[in-house]
Amino acid sequence: MRGVSMKRFLVGLLTVSMLVLAACGSSSAPGAGSQGSTSTGSSTSGSGAGSGSKVIKIGLIAPLTGNVKTFGESSKKGFELALEQAGYKAGDYTIEFVAGDDKGDSTEGVNLATRFITQDGVKAIIGSVTSGVTIPVSLVANENKIPMITGTATAEGVTVNEDGSRKPFIFRACFIDPFQGQVAAKFALEELGVKTAAVFYDKGNPYTVGLAESFRAEFEAGGGQIVAWESYAEADTDFSAVMTNVAALKPEMLYLPDYYNKVSLLAKAAKEKGLDVPMLGGDGWDSEDLDFGALAGNYFTAHYSADDPSPAVQKFVQEFEAKYGHKPDSFAALTYDATNILLEAIRVANTDDTDAIRQAIQDLKGFQAVGGSISFDEKGNPIKAATILKVNADKTYEFVTTVNP
Amino acid sequence: MGQLVEQVVNGLQLGFVYALIAVGYTMVYGIIKLINFAHGDVIMVGAFVTFFGLVRGIPWPVAILIGMVICAALGVGIERLAYRPLREKGAPRIAALITAIGVSLFIENFASLRIAFGPDYRQFPAMVTRMQWNVFGVTISSIQVLIVSITLVLVLILQLVVYRTKIGKAMRAVALDMDAARLMGINVNMVIAFTFAIGSALAAAAGALLAAAYPQIWPYMGIMPGLKAFTAAVLGGIGSIPGALLGAVLMGQAEVLTAAYITTDFKDAVAFALLILVLLFRPAGLLGKAGPEKV
Repeated sequence: MRGVSMKRFLVGLLTVSMLVLAACGSSSAPGAGSQGSTSTGSSTSGSGAGSGSKVIKIGLIAPLTGNVKTFGESSKKGFELALEQAGYKAGDYTIEFVAGDDKGDSTEGVNLATRFITQDGVKAIIGSVTSGVTIPVSLVANENKIPMITGTATAEGVTVNEDGSRKPFIFRACFIDPFQGQVAAKFALEELGVKTAAVFYDKGNPYTVGLAESFRAEFEAGGGQIVAWESYAEADTDFSAVMTNVAALKPEMLYLPDYYNKVSLLAKAAKEKGLDVPMLGGDGWDSEDLDFGALAGNYFTAHYSADDPSPAVQKFVQEFEAKYGHKPDSFAALTYDATNILLEAIRVANTDDTDAIRQAIQDLKGFQAVGGSISFDEKGNPIKAATILKVNADKTYEFVTTVNP
Repeated sequence: MGQLVEQVVNGLQLGFVYALIAVGYTMVYGIIKLINFAHGDVIMVGAFVTFFGLVRGIPWPVAILIGMVICAALGVGIERLAYRPLREKGAPRIAALITAIGVSLFIENFASLRIAFGPDYRQFPAMVTRMQWNVFGVTISSIQVLIVSITLVLVLILQLVVYRTKIGKAMRAVALDMDAARLMGINVNMVIAFTFAIGSALAAAAGALLAAAYPQIWPYMGIMPGLKAFTAAVLGGIGSIPGALLGAVLMGQAEVLTAAYITTDFKDAVAFALLILVLLFRPAGLLGKAGPEKV
């Protein structure tokens, strides 16, 4: 009896799993199909405009559904705006594109990249958005010698292998995590004019550790002094003891490179102990859920600001708003930059040879992008300025300045 | 010197919040020998109810009272639905313990659903205007005064209830010997429900104070304070109310002084090492009565 019921159970399980698989397959297929038809439509308009015998195909990989779908949606908007502005042309080539959804999942991302390269004949990839997906996708692109530029993946491992060697075909349009710490230190020393700082970081989070360490290195190199170097765990909520000690040391500023929730708590704990000094942080502050009241008047490093008066930024913001009806966030801006870098490289190389395109990207000098003037270092990271934003109590950010590396 | 005293005050702030929670653990344990792991989550519910009251403009003492009443009802509900059926069927104590963990997980996860409180962190509004006084070189804040005074008042009321009222006498009788108390005509189920109500109401107040001191709330906020307060109850001698207070104050001091003078990395380690050390020499806890199973 037991054997029979077990068998039935297994058969049932198998049937269900096959149905699920079939459903997944069919749901993703029309999705890809509709993306494909968009691309056909745009490429037709592109080839209608030019003489267009030579065609090059590029692909976008982004999370268009799933838990970070707003990141992907913004990125796709930036990508399409860049192509539209270029008239779907670069050099002698007409651009065709395919866009795919990695769902914020690395397996999906890798499958998509493989399909783009082997079936669609894609010659370059823009994407993906988060570091977790971009790292495995970058391995596929690099192996197949397909240039890939991500707009927003900040982890160091995107462009270098674990042994530190470079993935020569991989680039990005954003700065990497440690750079934010350097910029913050420079801003603190030069603009705020402080000489002593207290640093708080979450010892279990590589992002905050990285920012804190690079801040310390740069701050001390610039003649500043770190008077307190305090770590905490993610679950900690009681900072009264540490803040009492730090307040007694009278630092001229606090560096708080954590995400918005912990920062809000730390800022309040500091004020509770009478530490009313400027605070600085990283792009982890950039959220609607930040406690704007507690952090009003303080600064953080960001990739870009829609209020930056530079003509490149204002032109982009206006055209983006005209097309989509809202202001672009940093995901849209950085993917827009990544796409423009690729188009420029194709124009310069004027070939569909992927190695020549790679070389053209690497050789770009002072390319004017929304996120600042871009040149690439030997690790495929852009050497470009960071933006400093100030938090206002009315839930807005104020553009302060850009800091060059 | 001033700074040391200030750190001790920081420790009192933390210890007094633990005390309110620890009392709830210890009362329930004293009566039905159950470690009510859902107690930490009642703290969270108390903090959220107070939060919703405050953002609707209800004055803070009323908001806390509403939280206490709702949590008292929640405590009675948990006891009625989860623990009493087991007790009446004579289930082993381990079954009740596992149930308690289940109830705890249920409350946390249900609370983080969008239809309940939602999974997000929320900024807790200030209950009292932030003020600071300098007393002999020691900075004391209005929140610290609030926490210490509310805790003292509530514990005093609790002492009065337990030692000066009929129901308090019944509680002590049930704690001493449940079967004998039943034979003497005490409604044991009613007494147990009342104990849960009081313990949960105190936990709700603790939740509100915790949120006032560390102003951020979310559905999993009760786990760590619950665990620490439970440790405090064991340290002081579980089943003993004065023991819970003493244990909680010691835990608060151990955590804060370690963070202040050694390193934050060790604060939990030192607090728990203290527990192990005390239990090595006094297995029943500091104020727990030694002897076989008589708590």
